[in-house]
Amino acid sequence: MSLDAAGNVALPRFGSNAGQPLSRRDGVLKVTGRATYAADNHPNGMLYAVPAVSTIARGRVLALDVAAAKAHPGVVEVMTPDNKPPLAHDPDEKLGRFGLRIEALQDNTVRYVHQPIAVVVADTLEAATEGARLLAPRYEVEDARTGPDNGMRFDAQTVALGSPPRAAHGDLEAGFAAAAHLVESDYETPAQYHNAMEPHAVVASWDGDHLTIDMPNQALAISASAYATYFGIPVENVVLRSPFLGGGFGSKAILNGPQLLGMMAARMLKRPVKLVLTRAQMYGPVGHRGATWQRLRLGVDGGGRLTALHHHSLSATSSFEDFLEPAANASQGLYASPAIVSEHTGLRLDIGTPGPMRAPGEASGSAALESAMDEAAYACGMDPLDFRLANYADTEPGSGKPYSSKALRECYAEGAKRFGWSGRPMEPRQMRDDNGFLVGWGMGTALFGCPQFPASARATLRANGTALVETAGADMGQGAWTALAQIAAESLGLDMDKVEFHSGLSTLPDGGVAGGSGHTGSAGMALRNASHEAIRQLADSATADARSPLFGAGNVGVVARDGRLHRRDDESRSESYADILQRAGRADMVGKADAARDPEDAKRHAMYSHGAVFAEVKVDPDLGQVRVSRMVGAFAAGRIINPKLVRSQYFGGMIWGASFALLEEAVTDRRTGRIMNADLAEYHVAVNADIPEMEAILIPEEDPHVNALGVKGVGEVGITGTVGAIANAVWHATGRRVRRFPIRIEDLI
Amino acid sequence: MKRFDYVRPSSIAEAVSAAALPGSAILGAGTNLLDMMKIGSAQPERLVDITRLPGLDGIDWLPDGSVEIGALVRNADLAYDERFARRFPSVAEALLSGASPQLRNAATAGGNVMQHTRCAYFHDLSSACNRRSPGSGCDALNGENRLHAVLGWSEHCIATHPSDFCVPLVALDAVVEIEGHKGRRELALEALHLLPGNTPEVESALMPGELIVALRLPAEAADFASHTRYLKLRERTSYAFAVVSAAAALVVDAGVVQSARLALGGVAAKPWRARRAEDALTGKPASPEAFAEAARLALADAKPSGHNAFKIELARRIVVRALTEAATGTPERTIPLPGSVFTTQAGSNHVA
Ligand SMILES: Cc1cc2nc3c(=O)[nH]c(=O)nc-3n(C[C@H](O)[C@H](O)[C@H](O)COP(=O)(O)OP(=O)(O)OC[C@H]3O[C@@H](n4cnc5c(N)ncnc54)[C@H](O)[C@@H]3O)c2cc1C
Ligand code: SF4
Repeated sequence: MSLDAAGNVALPRFGSNAGQPLSRRDGVLKVTGRATYAADNHPNGMLYAVPAVSTIARGRVLALDVAAAKAHPGVVEVMTPDNKPPLAHDPDEKLGRFGLRIEALQDNTVRYVHQPIAVVVADTLEAATEGARLLAPRYEVEDARTGPDNGMRFDAQTVALGSPPRAAHGDLEAGFAAAAHLVESDYETPAQYHNAMEPHAVVASWDGDHLTIDMPNQALAISASAYATYFGIPVENVVLRSPFLGGGFGSKAILNGPQLLGMMAARMLKRPVKLVLTRAQMYGPVGHRGATWQRLRLGVDGGGRLTALHHHSLSATSSFEDFLEPAANASQGLYASPAIVSEHTGLRLDIGTPGPMRAPGEASGSAALESAMDEAAYACGMDPLDFRLANYADTEPGSGKPYSSKALRECYAEGAKRFGWSGRPMEPRQMRDDNGFLVGWGMGTALFGCPQFPASARATLRANGTALVETAGADMGQGAWTALAQIAAESLGLDMDKVEFHSGLSTLPDGGVAGGSGHTGSAGMALRNASHEAIRQLADSATADARSPLFGAGNVGVVARDGRLHRRDDESRSESYADILQRAGRADMVGKADAARDPEDAKRHAMYSHGAVFAEVKVDPDLGQVRVSRMVGAFAAGRIINPKLVRSQYFGGMIWGASFALLEEAVTDRRTGRIMNADLAEYHVAVNADIPEMEAILIPEEDPHVNALGVKGVGEVGITGTVGAIANAVWHATGRRVRRFPIRIEDLI
Repeated sequence: MKRFDYVRPSSIAEAVSAAALPGSAILGAGTNLLDMMKIGSAQPERLVDITRLPGLDGIDWLPDGSVEIGALVRNADLAYDERFARRFPSVAEALLSGASPQLRNAATAGGNVMQHTRCAYFHDLSSACNRRSPGSGCDALNGENRLHAVLGWSEHCIATHPSDFCVPLVALDAVVEIEGHKGRRELALEALHLLPGNTPEVESALMPGELIVALRLPAEAADFASHTRYLKLRERTSYAFAVVSAAAALVVDAGVVQSARLALGGVAAKPWRARRAEDALTGKPASPEAFAEAARLALADAKPSGHNAFKIELARRIVVRALTEAATGTPERTIPLPGSVFTTQAGSNHVA
């Protein structure tokens, strides 16, 4: 890094800490079992809480056998709507952007299966579990609304967490009138569950009105302040520790009932309480990817260019909240078309409220859009890649804004080359392998936005030449601790091993949300700014001190490198950080800074990560079993801080896409609303054997607008494009266009 | 979790008397039973842990050429026993196609045979289930039943038996050796699991207290070693129960089937032996026509029990495939993805 007189920074691209394929700093701790996850905490006197959950989807709890539960040896208390401690905030009211309405025993109504209806607290997990069973609830049952045929439709006021339900530009009808081909198809995506390896858990301890909570969390500051509001205590009284997460995927960013109940039980009993959800109990109160029923209408002219694109999604939500999968929005921002309309209708069902799940909206929407694009390409007699190139958007459709950067053409070209796309026959069922399996090739475009959340950080340069950098971020396994430390090290002109990185603690400066693929950019910018502030103080001290070799260099500026400040015009004149601090008689210098996107940049540019995914499937012609035999994804996401971690994110996204396309589905009994496969044996996610070969290509891309680091997001873009690519490959192999996900054996025989 | 007693008998006799007490359940590795106890679909008063019983963990080759598999032999140990895998390759293949390495390392032979149905309604205590709670009804019947039975079901129960291991065992005439308070008896494995009829709660022919001590494969079962396969269709490539599966074993001489064995998995409450198909194959050329006819006969009595008509056609096709593969010959070495259709054919280049 170098700093000119005005304090502006030019970042070296190579040879710095950032850009290196470092392994995760916490990797060894994790694989040796020494990383302490929330449920590994056992404060003295801790009790175990087990939620009793409803087995009906809709109705009321009439009776609970509290006496039987209390009589069970080891049971300490049964918390029900009748005796739960009061809350300062009504759980039936929203609480900020990530605080959806939740169920915290406010009354005896049941709104979905697996809703907590009581909490049993005991000396042991076993006693609490048995106590919960002994409650043997009696219900008044109402008919469950479980699908489009019996759910209640409503006009969406918002989608996702408060986004507009409709985006439109151009004249759709004129577009369709001008079309030579019309493609109109319906697609269905099922409810899917995050199934993070680590279940939602909390260990809560109260000391008077001070609350300490160990819980996996993707949004520390927001959560800590929400819990403060629920309990009517100042936010300073809440300490939320989340050093490690065993996956989150969005489900640990949103407030939920069960974790709050654990804190309530601890407050009620004045003892620490641990509450860990079982796998089955995670199918309900902690969010999921809501089901969608999507309709796409594409008008295409004789030259294979879109004249109109209409994307409608009927998105399921709960009876009491409004989180709608923003699937139709996936059609905004990608392909050039004079008219694009994205619209949503809500569908109220007796289910737990859906929430953000890795690429919320984009994943489901892209599955439908990329399938429809394939159908349209075929209708025009065009190669699917050529068709996408014919509809390449050089500026953002609708807004006309330039993209802050967009190396999608390079993604298409490099991906196609590495995959060997050319020579793909147009017609389906043309390719077989040596074993007689049908082979198909499909592709899809990947797209994901680049949000930047406000974040803060602190960088402390210490007299011994090391630094401490701090921000309350979250590492869900994506490697944030490593990538963020790399950014800080680079910004401080120090080696990684000289930089101590603290995170995962709500009392540190707010690191923003680990979500929306925006964490590296958001927390990274805060760390960079804080680091630069510390360096600025150091430079001020040195250049103003006649004893320093840097004295008077204020006008020409200094360069921070390898733990020393160098005169920009004469690099032989330099001084170490330690010496500067020592002479100034300072134990440390502390830089604090905030970061947020410049609103002008945001207004002037459209910002997205892009990619192109190519998939090969093999299908047994008689038996219908499908296997994704090969995937190649090429992605452009601005500057890459750590190629090893980024490649893993792309792999993870593409694997999830394969899972989405072929496996994942929560199977609901239509009569009762109960999920019949709420466990990892029967809710299928991809296993190693499903993913024999994949490649992720990192396409270079410089982005001067997205943020000063040039960093875009990589966490979610990999799912988008992939689902459609696989569905398209299945079509190409078999000639069957399956429009309901996941694609199953019976669809192909 | 409900409180229960745990006993660890030191002899088979002790085990039998403990297991005969009402509310007892025999505990093998517990990969099935303990899961069920956590869910609540099993609530025994007493666990009789047989895993420390001496003498039940051997693979014994008897003088008449038959092999006796102790009830406590772990699934993985059996599958990787070289002599066993050479004589009974489709049994090894079936074992290796099941569950995951971790589960196979733990699971016992007896436990595998006696594992319970995966019917989701059976394991959901809020659902009506005649098998778990006689007379309560069957919520699977009009529910989510795309993977339920197509053969041998009744309106009282449409569940399937999930074991892969049992399918080739039944095809190869395996015998179950049982110890009870009346002493030792033997039963054809085919007769162990019961079709539901009016009493789906009676899952097997074991009497209370009876213990499986061994499974035996007769010497003749090894005659099929060079022409036998187990094929398993599943929704993901590994770590999934069968949608349908088939074990086929042939003795072929100059292109003519001398002797045939065929059994299906995932289609009924028991591993389903297809004897009419076997008879029809015997003496016929090992040809696509003969295999198609065998498949037709094997599924002649099949009928959907719900949204699962596709399984009937799928079962026919996997029968044809398994017979075809068996006729081609058993692969020389254990293939990378046992039981998978993706590694069944010559020239397959999958790397597991
Ligand atoms: C996630 C998962 C996936 C699986 N996938 C597959 C699969 O793909 N294919 C497959 O075939 N299996 C599969 N299984 C099932 C697995 O094979 C069984 O759980 C295992 O074989 C049971 O053996 P165990 O020793 O653990 O039995 P236990 O759980 O100890 O016992 C199971 C039952 O058998 C009874 N029992 C045990 N031993 C005896 C005995 N000697 N005599 C009489 N009764 C006895 C017990 O009382 C109990 O009712 C899977 C299991 C899991 C959990
Ligand atoms: S199919 Fe059998 S096991 Fe399943 S619910 Fe019906 S009776 Fe019970």
